[in-house]
Amino acid sequence: GLPECPAVMAWQEVSLFAVHQVAERVEALGQFVMKTRRTLKGHGNKVLCMDWCKDKRRIVSSSQDGKVIVWDSFTTNKEHAVTMPCTWVMACAYAPSGCAIACGGLDNKCSVYPLTFDKNENMAAKKKSVAMHTNYLSACSFTNSDMQILTASGDGTCALWDVESGQLLQSFHGHGADVLCLDLAPSETGNTFVSGGCDKKAMVWDMRSGQCIQSFETHDSDINSVRYYPSGDAFASGSDDATCRLYDLRADREVAIYSKESIIFGASSVDFSLSGRLLFAGYNDYTINVWDVLKGSRVSILFGHENRVSTLRVSPDGTAFCSGSWDHTLRIWA
Amino acid sequence: MSSAGSLSNMQRLVEQLKLEAAVERIKVSQAAAELQQYCMQNACKDALLVGVPAGSNPFREPRSCTLL
Repeated sequence: GLPECPAVMAWQEVSLFAVHQVAERVEALGQFVMKTRRTLKGHGNKVLCMDWCKDKRRIVSSSQDGKVIVWDSFTTNKEHAVTMPCTWVMACAYAPSGCAIACGGLDNKCSVYPLTFDKNENMAAKKKSVAMHTNYLSACSFTNSDMQILTASGDGTCALWDVESGQLLQSFHGHGADVLCLDLAPSETGNTFVSGGCDKKAMVWDMRSGQCIQSFETHDSDINSVRYYPSGDAFASGSDDATCRLYDLRADREVAIYSKESIIFGASSVDFSLSGRLLFAGYNDYTINVWDVLKGSRVSILFGHENRVSTLRVSPDGTAFCSGSWDHTLRIWA
Repeated sequence: MSSAGSLSNMQRLVEQLKLEAAVERIKVSQAAAELQQYCMQNACKDALLVGVPAGSNPFREPRSCTLL
């Protein structure tokens, strides 16, 4: 992003709230009826991360006690469970094929587990160690195939790995502190991803060259979550500074802030609805706020979790979203 | 830190800033208009925004009960 200095502002349009101004004539949204439709119970401790399977139905979640569980969200049945050799499994991801999951945390690694329906097979037996960092794993994501994984770590770097060989394909250096989150650009928009960290920066990377293409530093505290707008032209962030923000990549600047004086706890995780009109954000005050992305206003506040919301993802077809919490449960909202 | 060390750090920083400054930018108002356009074009498919016909959201369907 461009530095906010007088010389730059003199020739550039200065409107932090341009998105809201342009959206003035857009119809306001009506009342939302969004309720918990399923509660997934089974973790013995804080839920730290979750991800949807492309089948829009299965979910993988990971917890502080080392357990990783695969659920059928329609029936709430547990389909697979594995106990990691470490606690604080902060990251988990579903493979695009639906045939494997990846996870890691305080073990500083990202491991891949093939999912098998053979009751005689022990899931842990087929575990494959893929990524090795020098500090905790905070986030992981398969790229558009089961063959590559992107990781973010407390060691301040991100890295791209070949799953089969465990080889490091590319590393991404530039954050000045722990990297807490990452998100891959929608496949149509090319080979980039965005990361956020404890250095208050959000950085956009070229996956092939390892170069940082753009960086944004407007938050006042750690960035816990980053998520691309569905068109790929922007991304949202959630931070310990109690705000969520929208950054446009082609304007190369922050274009909206989602905040209220009454919201004083950090936002831990954010995701967009299918059209990008709504931004769902989970907070450390146990609530989920639903923001009108264009108008900048909050359209709904969802209660239900009994502790911090730590993770939140909208389902692949946008029919529901799932939240995970330190209260040991996951909830499906629709 | 030696002056040689901080010089190379500065040079690296300047190179990175040059790279970032070379990025082509569009006006914020145009960016905002395009974000809005994307929302409008896709609103009808957004189940969480507009809702879906009764019965077609698997999470809103009433779940069947088994009688023991």
